[in-house]
Amino acid sequence: MKYFRSHVLLCVDPECLKHGAHEVMDALQDELVAEGLINEVQVLETSRIGGCSNGPEIMVYPEGIHYANLTVDDIPYLVEEHFLKGRVAQKLVMPIEKVVDEELSAPTHKEIRIVLRNCGVIDPENIEDYIAEDGYMALAKCLTEYTPDQVISTVLESGLRGRGGAGFPTGKKWQLARNSPDFPKYLVCNADEGDPGAFMNRRVLESDPHSVIEGMVIAAYAIGASQGYIYCRAEYPIAVRTLNIGIRQAREMGLLGHNILGTDFSFDLEVRMGAGAFVCGEETALMSSIEGKRGEPRPRPPFPAQRGVFGRPTNINNVETYANIPQIMLRGAEWYASMGTEKSKGTKTFALAGDVKHTGLVEVPLGLSLREIIYDVGGGIKDDKPFKAIQTGGPMGGCLPEEYLDLPIDYEALAAAGSIMGSGGLVVMDDETCMVDIARFFMEFTQDESCGKCVPCRVGTRRILEILQRICNGEGKEEDLNTLDELCAEIKSTSLCGLGQGAPNPVESTLKHFRAEYEAHIREKRCPAKVCKALIRYDILESICTGCTVCARNCPVNAISGERRQAHHIDPDVCIRCGICMQVCNFNAIEIN
Amino acid sequence: MAPIKSLEDLQRVRDEALEKRRVKSASGQTQVIVGMGTCGIAAGARDTMKAILEYIEHSGLTGVIVTQTGCIGLCEQEPIVQVVIGDQPKVTYGKVNAETARQIMREHVEEGKVVDSHSINL
Repeated sequence: MKYFRSHVLLCVDPECLKHGAHEVMDALQDELVAEGLINEVQVLETSRIGGCSNGPEIMVYPEGIHYANLTVDDIPYLVEEHFLKGRVAQKLVMPIEKVVDEELSAPTHKEIRIVLRNCGVIDPENIEDYIAEDGYMALAKCLTEYTPDQVISTVLESGLRGRGGAGFPTGKKWQLARNSPDFPKYLVCNADEGDPGAFMNRRVLESDPHSVIEGMVIAAYAIGASQGYIYCRAEYPIAVRTLNIGIRQAREMGLLGHNILGTDFSFDLEVRMGAGAFVCGEETALMSSIEGKRGEPRPRPPFPAQRGVFGRPTNINNVETYANIPQIMLRGAEWYASMGTEKSKGTKTFALAGDVKHTGLVEVPLGLSLREIIYDVGGGIKDDKPFKAIQTGGPMGGCLPEEYLDLPIDYEALAAAGSIMGSGGLVVMDDETCMVDIARFFMEFTQDESCGKCVPCRVGTRRILEILQRICNGEGKEEDLNTLDELCAEIKSTSLCGLGQGAPNPVESTLKHFRAEYEAHIREKRCPAKVCKALIRYDILESICTGCTVCARNCPVNAISGERRQAHHIDPDVCIRCGICMQVCNFNAIEIN
Repeated sequence: MAPIKSLEDLQRVRDEALEKRRVKSASGQTQVIVGMGTCGIAAGARDTMKAILEYIEHSGLTGVIVTQTGCIGLCEQEPIVQVVIGDQPKVTYGKVNAETARQIMREHVEEGKVVDSHSINL
């Protein structure tokens, strides 16, 4: 292959072309030929180097230097300086901002990374890189040294519980599937991560697919399954791609398929894509979706361990659960059980979101307090505002107020506080959040995603949403609060699946912890957090307003009137409460009442 | 790639992968720096550079970065070539013509032996 000592990437996006990228390209080629460098320096056309706002631009490797705003006249100087004499042509350099991993930053001292340990460390599309990190060693150990029962007892001893949110002991689940007399048996991985703002599983699948594949092969060996499915949502195209590459490479290396690692054990995997229904994250709905049927839940029992995919015994676990398995088998149950609380062992990944300084993925040992996660790991509340509430566990989780900040995070403690572990969403809210509005927002989501099979969820969530909308619009009635209490209790106890059973949680918990806010909306027609549009009005403080007219000129509905250099006035009947006047006012003369 | 049939196979693949990774990270740091100041070019650094590039191309060597530098203040020693491998100290060679350049590439860059006859002390 031809060896070039330097590569020049030239951006040929439309914007750069408009500014003369092709002319620069031609000049560059001519100049390289003239200096006799054309065999040493390769010029390649590419796209998206620095964002095109400073085009034409080039990136020069191996130095990684970015030159921008180039003209044809710059080229002779650039070629002589950089390519002939090897000096950086400083006057043409434009520093490029480094790409920062916003999802996953370096771990803080309170974090322990097990599931996320390889993310960003290994090449997810190269199985050898995973093997170099002791990948598939746990599988080899299981297949050569352990009986299936020994594998199960190790997982039992480790105390690992389902990371999808329900927290069922993983070893116990495997035992039930193993003891089921029917054959063949199936293994399923739930990768239908649908909670808004949660992306823990996506990150693992995209960055370390083999840890999930290896965990699944070990599970299949333990329960005696011969075929497995990874049910991944189609909205995760990169995850689906890395999984398929991973499965293909594992097959080629004899780590999947017939006679794995030269033993009698055979197991193969297939990726099935979900079509976007939130309810398909529920295990029975997920399984019927795998079978090609409509994704609707069905009553349990029979549990999947008795009758799952295609009516056969099935073990179904979450991505994170499987990703824990290889490390548990390699480092031992005791090591895993040394982390966490009495009943909740190990670590858990969380997607930290909302009004917190450092948003993104974290992995912490269970038992850490919410305060430690928000303030020590997450860096505290944005702009150092006061903390108001934290919602755990995704759209079906509860909102917990400040009293619960020292609550240790584990399955039992969260359930006792009226929330859930869920898949690991954590939404932090500051004092400018209206809890009624939040409850309405989550209800809108679950109501929309209700599959409609059972009445409590289909009709009940709709009724709750209507009441909440009414309260936010200032039309709440005194009896609404009792109706909401009743509806929540009934939907929870009578819905078919976890979606309906969990849907009232945000409403129930905010009713419990922030009842005064509901009452202010209903009785005083007031939104204390100044969020609900129907209950607030924007006013101009006459004493401060200078009559600069900037608000009037920016108002999209012409609700602001007034003479130049005189105090202005907002007509509340025309105003749509968009808040633009407040943003543009240079004198802070606008207030919300 | 051959299927892995046993624990020993797997261990072997792992060791190979680790070795590859080590070589990759170490050789990725191999730098050959050619002095390309006016003095260097006048003394024939272009031919030296060409010889180095041709050598890499013909030998199929990977993981070597060839860069340039300006005048380092030893104009009488030009063309000057410096070689840095991994975290070893930098070795500077003086009066490197095309023939010497090939020798440096073969003996130092490929085999790891410093070509003492042309190295200069700074």
